Amino acid sequence: MTALGKVVRTTAFKLSVIYFVVFSVFAVAFVLYLSWSTNTLLESQLKETIETEIRGLAEQGRSGGLAAIFQTIEQRSHSPGASLYLITDVNGRILTGNISQVPADLFERSGMGMITVPYERNLGEGPRHLAMVQVLRLPGGFWMLVGRDIGEREEFRQIIGRALIWAVALLIGLALVSWFFVSRRVLKRIDSVAATSRRIMAGDLTRRLEVTGTGDEFDRLANSLNAMLERIEHLLVQLRNVSDNIAHDLKTPLTRLRNRVESALAGPPSDETYRAALVSTIEESDRLIQTFNALLMIARIEAGPPEGAMTEVEAGAIVRDVAELYEPVAEEQGVELEAVTPEPVTLMANRELLGQALANLIDNAIKHGLPAGADRQLRIVMSTAEEHGRLVLRVADNGVGIPEADRARVLERFVRLEKSRSTAGSGLGLSLVNAVVAFHNGTIELADNAPGLSVTIRIPIAPET
Amino acid sequence: MLHEFIVAKHTGMRILIIEDDNETATYLGRALREAGHMTEHGADGESGAAMAAGGGYDVIVADRMLPKRDGLSVIEELRKRGDHTPVLVLSALGQVDDRVTGLRAGGDDYLAKPYAFTELLARVEALGRRMRPGAAETIYRVADLELDRLSHTVSRAGQAIPLQPREFRLLEYLMKHAGQVVTRTMLLENVWDYHFDPQTNVIDVHISRLRGKIDKGFGEPLLHTVRGAGYMIRDSAR
Repeated sequence: MTALGKVVRTTAFKLSVIYFVVFSVFAVAFVLYLSWSTNTLLESQLKETIETEIRGLAEQGRSGGLAAIFQTIEQRSHSPGASLYLITDVNGRILTGNISQVPADLFERSGMGMITVPYERNLGEGPRHLAMVQVLRLPGGFWMLVGRDIGEREEFRQIIGRALIWAVALLIGLALVSWFFVSRRVLKRIDSVAATSRRIMAGDLTRRLEVTGTGDEFDRLANSLNAMLERIEHLLVQLRNVSDNIAHDLKTPLTRLRNRVESALAGPPSDETYRAALVSTIEESDRLIQTFNALLMIARIEAGPPEGAMTEVEAGAIVRDVAELYEPVAEEQGVELEAVTPEPVTLMANRELLGQALANLIDNAIKHGLPAGADRQLRIVMSTAEEHGRLVLRVADNGVGIPEADRARVLERFVRLEKSRSTAGSGLGLSLVNAVVAFHNGTIELADNAPGLSVTIRIPIAPET
Repeated sequence: MLHEFIVAKHTGMRILIIEDDNETATYLGRALREAGHMTEHGADGESGAAMAAGGGYDVIVADRMLPKRDGLSVIEELRKRGDHTPVLVLSALGQVDDRVTGLRAGGDDYLAKPYAFTELLARVEALGRRMRPGAAETIYRVADLELDRLSHTVSRAGQAIPLQPREFRLLEYLMKHAGQVVTRTMLLENVWDYHFDPQTNVIDVHISRLRGKIDKGFGEPLLHTVRGAGYMIRDSAR
């Protein structure tokens, strides 16, 4: 790209050109209109002056004859600022007046009313001046010419023409100057954005775009880009944490797995030992796969809804389905499981994901709800309700609950509270629930059920389309 | 033996494996042959498509991501030609939406890698069974256990057994695949229509409840647990 091409391509340049053209058209039109209307006005004034003069002379002629006209013209000719007068005889010889030379054919054109002709004021200077004249035939074959010099008008026209040129020149100048400043300002901002982005791309994610505080469009843009960067940085930090956790949570069972195989190989050869080692290897790898699947699933869910993921579902039916699925397990464990779905709540959602989220919550409640030998029976209540255009899904138990300080933390990946370290589980159950809720643009709230834990999920009911 | 649960009289199927990883393909082939089936192997999308076009297979096991040609396009081509050979799609992608695209392309079942061989075998056999006549019968019989799909009644030795709707569907699915191993995930998918992997043993408890109704108090148990794989309903006398 050439330097000129680069300049021509900038928005500032294009805008300047457009403004320049628009203002020029206006300026030229305005000046032209002004000169046209002034011209018309001046011309009609001229005509009137000449006509008044002629009327006056005719008056003189009527009362005093030719001699009076001659005399008046003689007088007027030499007063300053006088009109133009000329009286010739039949042969065109000048008898009196303040004009030295007129075009030879002038008197032949006498019947044409007011005409514009060149004339010489003093003999020999050439037809330098222009006049508007009226030629009349006087008795006795004399010609009389009365007129006004129109040099003034011409001068005026020239002034206007010059003004026009100046105006256009000034406009070009202003356009150039404004383009220069605008583009410099804009380019400066753009360059600063570009420079910052390059630095961010180079890896410095803490950088932010400059906000000048003027609240202009650049600030607005910078603000939204900064918000985006904030989000990206947050996600990256999260990603880093997750990969650290993955490293830990996958490496630990992998190490265990390796150790077991190794120790089986190191011991005395025995089919029984080998078999036991193989069985436990499969079990361990199944757990690994489970953790891996859960992680992938969370990642996929967090990436946003795939096409066709949302269908019209009835939340009550999902709750009843899941309750029905878990009812035998609950009964076996001596847990009371109840589904309260007083009214159907229909919304656009992903049945599979909602079902899995509920299943995870029940799993959690059964697993961590009550320590062995507790004085009461564990009771889990799942319920649906519609509230302010939102589906309210609640899973509440009367178990030990989660301390307030830990409630936000348990939604993160791989977080397992100390007391549950010993039980089976990947630490991904609640983070999957959290991802499912985010997938549906919902909110999740963990609260004290006094005693126990109550998890409340609120999901906006999308307009049925 | 890993495959001790295979019913001896089971007639083998011709299975085409389209899989680019040689070790996986060899392992799969050997294991399926051990289970009494005949296998052939296509190592990439193109050769797999050519072999599938030859026809004559009872089930095709196709990897989704293959060199030269995408596994799904092979299935699509088959279906376009009106070939309805059941296809089990294998994929490293295993999420809800991948499953949906796999099935939409014409796959009959979808299994995410890594999988347990028992799971794959159970699914392959369930698919092969679908092609055989008798899948549409209205009364399923296993020994003296009878399930009427129209009147929704179950009886054993002439004695009516009342079942909950879900228990009925569970038994129906098991009996439809009588003599075959049915895995827990297959049950969850086909009876509850959920594809996730429940962490607790929810299915086992449902099965033991069902067992309490159809086996308890009758002589020969019909509903068997296949260790490390799943469940099977079968007439052990035959």
